[in-house]
Amino acid sequence: MTNTDLPLTAKPATAPEAQGRMRGWLARVPAAYWVVGVLLLVLPAFASNFVMFQIMGWTFILGMIALSLMFLAGYGGMVSLVQMTIAGIAGYMVAIFGDSAVASISMGWPWWVTVPLALLIAMLFATAVGWLAVRTEGIYTIMITLAVAAAFFYFVRQNYDLFNGFSGFNSVLPPMLFGIDWRGPEAFYYMTLFWAVLSYSAVLYISRAPFGLALQGVRDNPRRMAALGYNVTAHRVAAYALAAIPAGLGGILLTWQSAQISPGTAGIQPAIDILVIAVIGGLGHPIGAFIGALLYVLLKTFAVDVLVALGLGGERFQLLIGMGFLLIVFFSPDGLLGLWQRLKDSRRRDSLTGQDRRSE
Amino acid sequence: MRAFARTHPVWAGLVAIVIAVLLWMIFAIWPDALSDRIGSKKIFLNALFNGITLGGLYFLVASGFTLIFGLMRNVNLAHGSLYLLGGYIGFFVADITGYWLIAFPVAFVVVGFLGVLMQVFVFRRIEGQDLRQTLVTIGISIVMADLMMWSFGGDFFNISPPSWLSGPMETFFVTGVKRSSGELIFMKYPMVRLVIFAASVVVGVGMWLALNKTRIGMLIRAGVDDRDMLSATGARIEWVFVGVFAFGAGLAGVAGVVGGTFQSVAPGEDIRFLLASLVVVIVGGMGSIPGAALGALLIGLAEQFGSVYFPTYAVVLTFLIMVVVLAFRPQGLMGKA
Repeated sequence: MTNTDLPLTAKPATAPEAQGRMRGWLARVPAAYWVVGVLLLVLPAFASNFVMFQIMGWTFILGMIALSLMFLAGYGGMVSLVQMTIAGIAGYMVAIFGDSAVASISMGWPWWVTVPLALLIAMLFATAVGWLAVRTEGIYTIMITLAVAAAFFYFVRQNYDLFNGFSGFNSVLPPMLFGIDWRGPEAFYYMTLFWAVLSYSAVLYISRAPFGLALQGVRDNPRRMAALGYNVTAHRVAAYALAAIPAGLGGILLTWQSAQISPGTAGIQPAIDILVIAVIGGLGHPIGAFIGALLYVLLKTFAVDVLVALGLGGERFQLLIGMGFLLIVFFSPDGLLGLWQRLKDSRRRDSLTGQDRRSE
Repeated sequence: MRAFARTHPVWAGLVAIVIAVLLWMIFAIWPDALSDRIGSKKIFLNALFNGITLGGLYFLVASGFTLIFGLMRNVNLAHGSLYLLGGYIGFFVADITGYWLIAFPVAFVVVGFLGVLMQVFVFRRIEGQDLRQTLVTIGISIVMADLMMWSFGGDFFNISPPSWLSGPMETFFVTGVKRSSGELIFMKYPMVRLVIFAASVVVGVGMWLALNKTRIGMLIRAGVDDRDMLSATGARIEWVFVGVFAFGAGLAGVAGVVGGTFQSVAPGEDIRFLLASLVVVIVGGMGSIPGAALGALLIGLAEQFGSVYFPTYAVVLTFLIMVVVLAFRPQGLMGKA
């Protein structure tokens, strides 16, 4: 899994002057990024409220949680099913420390305390799980994180003192900052877009920073990295802690979007859904998380109508998702982006000589 | 055992004390002070029996999982779906034919055949790619769960045992003394659970014997230790793989019938039993049949005692055991380091 297709390679700046460096950096951003960026920025001008709030907002949120899984799996080689649980913990913490309809538990602290606190607790939890999970490797990690996710689900469902059991918390609303209702479609769209872009850029940056490179080294050959003097365990645990940030942000935004959080939000099915999203998009590419999330949200929103139109009954949605997932993992381990890459390569190759057409 | 006692005298002593206390609690007539403190002996004994019999069921599910993993390094996360399918097949066979016992071979054969299909068409194509196998089996389990939901609906099915097995059975465990006459009260326990537990012990011992005393078992054990070397010696390892996969899957199907008789068959049970077998094999050690037995017993007891004595956090107790084992012995209690 090489990441040669990443646009922001950390080459040293060519021009010494700051402005020139900036221009050089901007010039290296591929055209597709500009198109997508402008399109996302002006989307509210023509999209309906439903598209902005429900489809795009949800896509960005799920994308961020899947991005944290992609970061661990793609760069760290650790497939963790616990990311949705980390998101759930951050959401729960916002509900517990902030405001909700359950006044007997919620403490009603201001948002600038609750949000950082929620992220901090999510990170602490992720560190603890990471410390446990890195004692094992490969498939064991999947099983252990799945078991932790299940334990969390059952625990919050049974615990009424702190997590309010089965019903969870409702009326968990984002703060009214600058006099804007952040649950309004446009405001919410831009808020999720902002955090999604920030998380995405952060993952790209870290993947090229010394820590990210060391992490990829640990993924490819832990023994050699240990022999070189890197602390393998510490890198892995730190990856878990870092990955908790986008997941936690996603969890908080998810709680605000649906204005509630309950055990079902962080159940076993959502945990597997996050894996499905990340894998469909491509576990080796950060953008894959968002592509997978968009596809998942579109399917989840419109598949029912399509299925009903085909006369199959709307409840067969899981079957559709499962079949699609099965086909993709069976035929392309690197998801849709991997398929795209392969298609591009085969188009580029001369069918007679098998050589790259561009190299001539 | 003696070697263990010599190398770890403190642990061996602790284990001996715990066993002695347990034996006393099982066989003695409890003084009133103890009954007042933790409830009557009947509750304790019931929890103990439920835990052990549930452990038998977990063992049936988890031993197939651990056998397949141990030999082929195939993580079959669709194992829970095989269990559930076995349960549905068992229910309909028992319902149509009217013979409970017929449900077992039918479930074993049908689910085992499905296992063969999975091994030939799925696992053989992605041999040695752990992550892809895991993902593909997750996909299979999503699809199977929805197909079963489609064909059987969301209802609960209960497989009813035949009349000669239903009803309670008098055991020789004393639960208390009658105040008026001084007569001993003996415990009554559902017969079907005891019979099924005995059967799962027989299956477990049979598997152990087959693995350790027969030629096929020798092939399988050699395959667990070094697959490439075994195939280099000319053994038809492909056939061993198919056979073990069929047997493990069939065992899951049989466990489904047992589970449907113990509890019920319903959507969602697949994930529950998949998780249970995951925890059991993580605690017991991957690929080890005695480990699966020990882990199943521990988890079954923890679940039942948990639900009696700390009802709110019963499920969490099982995961706590897993965490403690992982922290101190990542390869599992019986796993090879």
